[in-house]
Amino acid sequence: MTTTQSTEVPTKAAIPPATSTAARVQNAVIKYGFIFVTVALFLYFALSEGSFRESATLLDTLRYVSVAAILGLGVTLTMAVGGMDMSVGAVAGLGVSVAAHTMVVLNQVGTVAILAVLAAGALAGLLNALLIVVLKIPDMLATLGTMFVIQGTKLILVDGQSITPGMTLDDGTTAPGRFTDGFLRIDRGTVLGIPVSVLVFGGLTIAAWVFLARTRWGRVLYAIGANPEASRLAGIRVGAYRALAYVLSGVLASIGGLILASRIGQGDVSAGTSQLLEAVAVALVGTSVLGRGRPNVWGTALGAVLIGIITTGLTIKGLPYYTQDVVEGAVLILALVFSFTLSKRRTA
Amino acid sequence: MSPTDRGGRDISHDIGRAKAAVSLTDVSMAFGGKTVLASVTLDIAPGSVVALLGANGAGKSTLIKILSGVHTDHGGEVRVAGEPAALHSPLAARQLGIQTVHQRIGEGIVPGLSVAENLVFEELAQARGNPFLNGGRLLARAREIQAGLGLDWSDSVLRKDVTELGLSDRQLLILARALATRPRLLILDEPTSALSAAEAERLFALVERMRDDGIAVLYVSHRLGEIDALADRLVVLRDGRLTEDQSKPFDWDSALRAMLAQAQEATTARPVREGAEGDVALSLRGVRLFDGRAPLDLDLRTGEVTGVVGLLGAGKTELARGLFGAEPFATGSAELDGRPYEPKRPSDAIRAGVHLVPEDRHADALVPGWSLARNISLPFLKSLSRMGLMNTAKEDALGRDTIAALGVVARDEHSTVEELSGGNQQKVVVGRWLAETPRVLILDEPFRGVDIGARRDIGRRARSLAAEGAAVLVLSADVDEVLEIADRVVVLAAGEIHLDAYGEDAERDRVIQTISASV
Repeated sequence: MTTTQSTEVPTKAAIPPATSTAARVQNAVIKYGFIFVTVALFLYFALSEGSFRESATLLDTLRYVSVAAILGLGVTLTMAVGGMDMSVGAVAGLGVSVAAHTMVVLNQVGTVAILAVLAAGALAGLLNALLIVVLKIPDMLATLGTMFVIQGTKLILVDGQSITPGMTLDDGTTAPGRFTDGFLRIDRGTVLGIPVSVLVFGGLTIAAWVFLARTRWGRVLYAIGANPEASRLAGIRVGAYRALAYVLSGVLASIGGLILASRIGQGDVSAGTSQLLEAVAVALVGTSVLGRGRPNVWGTALGAVLIGIITTGLTIKGLPYYTQDVVEGAVLILALVFSFTLSKRRTA
Repeated sequence: MSPTDRGGRDISHDIGRAKAAVSLTDVSMAFGGKTVLASVTLDIAPGSVVALLGANGAGKSTLIKILSGVHTDHGGEVRVAGEPAALHSPLAARQLGIQTVHQRIGEGIVPGLSVAENLVFEELAQARGNPFLNGGRLLARAREIQAGLGLDWSDSVLRKDVTELGLSDRQLLILARALATRPRLLILDEPTSALSAAEAERLFALVERMRDDGIAVLYVSHRLGEIDALADRLVVLRDGRLTEDQSKPFDWDSALRAMLAQAQEATTARPVREGAEGDVALSLRGVRLFDGRAPLDLDLRTGEVTGVVGLLGAGKTELARGLFGAEPFATGSAELDGRPYEPKRPSDAIRAGVHLVPEDRHADALVPGWSLARNISLPFLKSLSRMGLMNTAKEDALGRDTIAALGVVARDEHSTVEELSGGNQQKVVVGRWLAETPRVLILDEPFRGVDIGARRDIGRRARSLAAEGAAVLVLSADVDEVLEIADRVVVLAAGEIHLDAYGEDAERDRVIQTISASV
């Protein structure tokens, strides 16, 4: 009834057309502020550090952020339906272990490993969907639960050890397989000079944008996020679409896992853990890009690029790696100020 | 000779105005360059009920928000008991003795707290006094507050969680709390919109008592009957200006003209159908709306508007939601055009051409922040897309058509729903179902919080849909609303049908008698 009303709907014209100069400037700041900051920082690093200007550095930056960005795309999809996927880091980590296990222990080719990883991601997404849609557990809590379960399962799968080529197995034999060259090319190879992982990032960004912003399915996801009951009464199968968002998020996270596995070249047990917060941060930064105040694909991609530019730039500037978290955190908070504080004031 | 102040200015007017509980002088307000209140001057005398009328978007809400301290950047002056008043926050307004009971009851109560805690909530929120809660003291104070309104809630009621109270009891709770502060001015914004007739009567008795206690009441309502019975004075706002100021007895013709200049025309002629015609579109057999109640049979016919009247809890919403598959009927069967019809979920109903305009447009129909075009297209995205890709040109065209067909007052199809007044929002919600001509259209309380102009537009559209061959079902607690639009009137009480009549057999007095006999 009225008490469950979560969205404030003013009866008067809430958003006046921006007529005064001050209002126009503020609208511009909210809308383009983040893009401006990104470009300004880029120019600053490019002008002050020669090595930043090299195309290799730029591509490395994109390669570096591609995993967090792809995971962030999944988080964006789940945020669109009003949820949040906290398990993306764990799913990516699971992907690393599954890839290593398939190739190193089971001695399979890269293609099989890729299919196994994608299947694992889809299964993880289905598990989230089951908990959230069927068992009605709040999104954040359910995915936090699966995060632990998936991390734990992965440890059991690998006996708590990283899987490396040539390692000794339980039965005393040596692991027969290794990471295939083809698989390693996912992160290390290039096409026309562009790293494959960057191409994957770009391709998935465009695909996710078309899906979310240009198809009726994306429209439905946003509708569910904004008013689930109204969506249901408009004839939308709300449960099915929310499940879809989580399965897609799981698959995207596993693609991130493939890139990560290819980058590390072994089944590192701790892989993926640091990716979670970056992915969530990237998606949240994305909500403030273009002043939309809601999850959107270009925002997420740009948020990832921005964080990449900052971390790479500061690294070249000589800032120690352990300051990165503080910098990323500050960027996130600044983005949230754009998203919430400033745009709220605009509609007050 | 008139008294003058030292500057020689005539102050006799000011002295007269000092008697007012609250007086506004040249109060104006603009949002982003658009004037919503223009130089409103109004005195509200203690011990009087002043009715404020106006179409949606006339500036009523803005005026209320100024008086309750929400909008602070207005022009002009507000005096309380003759003194200039700084209404710079809702708290300041309350401390000056202006209490507002808002239209949405949910905004006034805190779920999770008990009835007693909600009654004393404003006192709890004050900084002064003992910061530690004492259950006994709290209960004693709650008893005092409810007794002040003449309620007789037992301690076990007071200990309940407030969400266990029905809508009308919540309203009474908020009223009791407002009165406990002994306000100078009590603002009631559409206080009966969620109440049944009997509950509203209880409220009117309370309002009359308040007036007799010397409280000034500003009463905002769309229901002219209430105002006629209750108010001493009537003012009309249109486009931000006070256009009419009458004392009892009211000249309704003039008041309505002042309110709706262009929309003025004779009340829609009563439909003429004298008996069942047309084919049965949807038939219900043995449907039980509540456990332990007799099952009901109901046929909805092509080309006919069926009005279902009943109090809150009569089963109207259960009937509507059951037909739409939102909460399927537990028993009984239904046929649509002779074929079995058993919707498990709304999408089944929509595919079969059965459409619902739900009771609460904010919670159940509109997507906040979305444009009109997008809100309108939501149920029919499939027909507006190819291989999943949205055809936005087609979507915008549909939005424009709907705006034109229903006379929605909006900048264009890209305006967000929040920019519209309540009546226009309701038109959007109705209009979304017109993209594909419905077989059965169900309208649950379609006129709630909607001005007369919008009510007529929506009613006309519903009638023309029936003329095109749809079966239309209108459910409402307001007898006059139903009589205005329906060929046939069905009285529902506690899940059972008490009257099912056409034309002259469904005359106003008979309908009302049936309702009161069924209680």
